[in-house]
Amino acid sequence: MEEALTQHEESTHGLVESGRPLTIPGFGRPLKSEEMVVNMGPQHPSTHGVLRLELIVDGEVVVEVIPHIGYLHRCFEKHAEHMVNYQQVIPYCDRMDYIASMNNDLGYAVACEKLLNIKVPERVEYIRVIMAELQRIASHMLAIGTYGMDIGAFTPFLYCFRDRERILDIFEQTCGARLLYNYIWIGGLSHDVPLNFVEKVKDFCRYYRPNIKELNDLLSYNKIFIERTANVGVLPADVAINYGASGPVLRGSGVKWDLRKNDTYSIYDSFDFEIPTGTGIMGTVGDCWDRYMVRVHEMEQSLNIIEQAVDKIPAGDVQSAVPKRIRPEASEVYVRTETPKGELGYYIIADGTTSPYRVKVRPPTFVNLSILPAISRGAMIADVIAILGSIDIVLGEVDR
Amino acid sequence: MIAQEISDSLKAQFGDAIVETKFDGVLDPYIKVAPEKIKDVALFLRDNVQTAFSYLMCLSGVDYQEGRLGVVYHLYSMKWNHKITLKVDVTVEHPHCQSVESVWKTANWHEREAYDLFGIIFDGHPDLRRILLPDDWEGHPLRKDYQVQEYYNGMKVPY
Repeated sequence: MEEALTQHEESTHGLVESGRPLTIPGFGRPLKSEEMVVNMGPQHPSTHGVLRLELIVDGEVVVEVIPHIGYLHRCFEKHAEHMVNYQQVIPYCDRMDYIASMNNDLGYAVACEKLLNIKVPERVEYIRVIMAELQRIASHMLAIGTYGMDIGAFTPFLYCFRDRERILDIFEQTCGARLLYNYIWIGGLSHDVPLNFVEKVKDFCRYYRPNIKELNDLLSYNKIFIERTANVGVLPADVAINYGASGPVLRGSGVKWDLRKNDTYSIYDSFDFEIPTGTGIMGTVGDCWDRYMVRVHEMEQSLNIIEQAVDKIPAGDVQSAVPKRIRPEASEVYVRTETPKGELGYYIIADGTTSPYRVKVRPPTFVNLSILPAISRGAMIADVIAILGSIDIVLGEVDR
Repeated sequence: MIAQEISDSLKAQFGDAIVETKFDGVLDPYIKVAPEKIKDVALFLRDNVQTAFSYLMCLSGVDYQEGRLGVVYHLYSMKWNHKITLKVDVTVEHPHCQSVESVWKTANWHEREAYDLFGIIFDGHPDLRRILLPDDWEGHPLRKDYQVQEYYNGMKVPY
């Protein structure tokens, strides 16, 4: 009997595929499953750009995620130190996080002003803060809208884009561009704001505040949406800090941390606003829903800041502090600012010439994306989409 | 803790591994560390209660020319709200530096980027591959003496 069984096993083992023996249930060993490699991207609607994720899956469970980036690499750092002078770097900054260009320019301008030891006029500071906060709302609208679409909710996406259009209209009226502004200059701004600016911004605040409630009813507290995002991709606070997470990704894990308050710059210390954090009311602290909800609450806080700032814009000339010739002494500086995605750092080395010796950008989404493998292991393939969307990446910035 | 105190405690602990310090006349005070000791220094700075540098803000490669490359670490302590900059100098002939990936996970991608663009080799890194450029690219573009390769897979590069 023993011998017969061995023979039978051998005969089934005759079927050999990819080096492994096939066995039939009930005869000898059970059927084995193999790990499989699935390529997600680079052209995939849920990757928010050209990102390739190499998924190693066991059935539908993700064993490992290997992100491959660099498809949008445009040599920003090489351009900044080779081709252009300090002022001419700003249009390149615009094109890094292309849905939050104002915030990118602000970070670079603040860094250069620290190098040059320039004090910018009050009026410029107020307009910068209003622009940066409007941009933060616009960026979060896009993040929230596309996130809903990743999960399968199409309508909130249209609502978010409808409202984002109003912000882009304000920007267009101010500087002529809808996406890539080149508006915040070193020491000032490219233009003063138009005459009806204050009224337009107030209009927007009045218009948008009720819409956040509408968004919550449509998406945030939607049963299906919660099922898909709560308890998914949980990122504990200590892991988040060790991975250098920042922005809503860090705050979603319950860390009360915002550079506008904790390492303040510009005039953010004169405004009253809260730092929303993840509370885990739908599942666990640091899950996808928490990261999403932090963005919704941040939009409300940004509206608060705008409403406080817009009434207090002092009079003045926005170009009075713009230097004619930018030539900082040999020195170096690391300046970080809070963009919608997190901590954007500029490490600039000046060597006494008119162009930077080295500009290193610490993009928030580059660092946040590196967490993806750590929090995706053991998740379902569909959850990887939910986790990736909750990190809110922009590939223009990841690849620079 | 101010930069001077951090530097004193490091000197007491590591002695000769602290190559140089500069606090005055610079915007960000820095401490220069020997490349074969950077991991121990980083671990000390992270785990010591007085320093508690839990957060690596940025890790940058730099080409100082004249055969010198550098790695710059910007550290921040969320607990004490203080900052310090660490610097490491390596030579072009022997561009080896210890990896701090085991201290701060965020260093993983930053070090891959510095390897990709500057050719600095981080010993002890678990997965040191190019990150932004294709795997078969030649040279390290952010070096100041970089020459673009003429052909890449049969395509003319400077088009």
